[in-house]
Amino acid sequence: MIGMIIYGLVNSAVFVLMAIGFSLTFGISGIANFAYGAFYITGAYVCWHLFNSLGLYYPIAIALAVLASGLLGTLVYRYLLFRIRGISLSEVIATFGLGIGMLELYRSIGLTGHSYKLSVFVEGAVEVFGVYVDYQRLIILGLGVFLLILLWAFTHHTRIGLAFRGIAQDEQTALCFGIETENISVLSFAIGSALAGLAAITIMPLSLLAVEEGGNVLILVLAVGIVGGLESTLGVVVASLIFGFSQIIMATYFSPHYSMIVTLAAIVVILAVKPSGLFGKFKELEERV
Amino acid sequence: MITESKNGKTSESKRRKERLDRGIKARADTIFALTSYREALYLLFPRALVVVGMLLVPLVLDTYWTKVVVITCVIGILALSWDFIASAGMFSLGQALFFGLGGYIAGILNHYLGWPPVMTIPVAAVAGGICSALLLLPVLRLRGIYFAMVTFILPLIGAKIIEATGLLGGIAGLSALTPLPNLWVAVYLIIIALIVCLFGFRRVMDTDYGLVLKGMMDNDQAVMASSINIYWYKAQTLFMAASAAAFAGAFMTHYYRFVGIPVFAMDYTILPVASTVVGGVGGFAGAVLGSFILVPLCEALRAIGSWRIVFYSFLMVLFVVVMPEGIFHYMARKYHQFERWVTTE
Repeated sequence: MIGMIIYGLVNSAVFVLMAIGFSLTFGISGIANFAYGAFYITGAYVCWHLFNSLGLYYPIAIALAVLASGLLGTLVYRYLLFRIRGISLSEVIATFGLGIGMLELYRSIGLTGHSYKLSVFVEGAVEVFGVYVDYQRLIILGLGVFLLILLWAFTHHTRIGLAFRGIAQDEQTALCFGIETENISVLSFAIGSALAGLAAITIMPLSLLAVEEGGNVLILVLAVGIVGGLESTLGVVVASLIFGFSQIIMATYFSPHYSMIVTLAAIVVILAVKPSGLFGKFKELEERV
Repeated sequence: MITESKNGKTSESKRRKERLDRGIKARADTIFALTSYREALYLLFPRALVVVGMLLVPLVLDTYWTKVVVITCVIGILALSWDFIASAGMFSLGQALFFGLGGYIAGILNHYLGWPPVMTIPVAAVAGGICSALLLLPVLRLRGIYFAMVTFILPLIGAKIIEATGLLGGIAGLSALTPLPNLWVAVYLIIIALIVCLFGFRRVMDTDYGLVLKGMMDNDQAVMASSINIYWYKAQTLFMAASAAAFAGAFMTHYYRFVGIPVFAMDYTILPVASTVVGGVGGFAGAVLGSFILVPLCEALRAIGSWRIVFYSFLMVLFVVVMPEGIFHYMARKYHQFERWVTTE
């Protein structure tokens, strides 16, 4: 039972890590990044190559991979999304096509098999309340909580963070107050992409580095975003807890197949019954319905 | 009537390209004033070219390329179906749902009840349309990407449920179904279906009914304010579009003599969307043109194998960003306008 609670918490932290970048980008620039799963895989892939092909020191490889993810996001925004900003259907087609294309590209150039595995940050395990938990899972839990606090502090107590929230509320008015909305949007997209890379590098050591993860991550992220209510950090946390625990419970008592069905069904049910999500606000409701 | 003019590319001389609409264009893009048979022919020619060309194409091709034409037409119908609900303001990322429902209904009727294809295909088309409309009924009020997300997720749920429960053949699927009589029947059935869908959907959009659908895309609040129940219209649109896609699914079930989880695969979503985007969204001809460019092109490039989807996806992204109007609208503009260089001060 305690094991289930601990693993549920870790699993929830996994969801928070995955979803926070997507939620940030969507909440601020209004771009639903359907290429998020591909960015996620890219981060891990770049890190693997920096470490294994170039033989860099692991922390440096991680830092470079996170930076590379951010840079990728910046380039994609500047050269693709910038031209179609505001046409939401074109944005979806472009990011969706880009995501599928990138993932299939990785599959074609042979990103499969057991050799692709990121190493854990710290080897070993520790006993917590009589349950063995390896350090990597504890790091995930810690990083999830740390990022949440950092993000909260960033959006409430720094100038750029306040500008972020200003744009999220009303882009035109923010422009009137001298906030460069385009720069802030690029920044939010870049930070979202970098967070995707960071999440991948932290989470991937638990399993193999596989292309299929990209699609799954996108779905889970959409699930967390929709159920929690986008741009609501509290919503992300609550939805992550719900999905984190429900997955562990489903996997323990039923077949793991059903945990994905529960996730998918939750999205559809929430959108049908309460389109604003659990913690969404009226403004979002207007956009959705 | 001068509609549009742009500065010429050569900067030293003051020339600009003048674009003039042909005289028959009366008021809007679709309303013409015809005064002679020559002008009637001018309008009829592109339409007749499509119909006659499609009907003749299987006669000149060998078996392999005839099979390619079959796949092309199936993707073409899916693209038309996507374009149709898109012109009613609904943006779907789940043509595979409609396709898969049709395929599975035909498979079930044939496998468990032993119905022949001549009955399963029409029944699957209608039943698939009704099922799709009913499934999406609770989320019809969603807009834009939220509707897209639901349609993106539903086929995945379908595949996962069949995989998890092992119903309907599970992962192995239903095989050894009744085949279509021969390739000629198959190819002409699907070609005629494509032509009917193309001109049928165009016809619907030209009527007053279609005007309501266009209105829903442009401004659904205004349509609601005109005391029109947009959800009823959306459900009808979904039924029509999903029926076409379900027909394609049922056809493919009998064509391959197999139905399984692959019918819910991403291919059947990404290919139609890519075709429509490349050909041009709206007006339906672009969707067909796009699929007739993309699918044979990828067959010709078969050597690249698994790079197929990479190619499709990146081409789609390229077109959305660089040429959002698509190939067809570009060609149509060239066909309907004179262009000439004029000198200006």
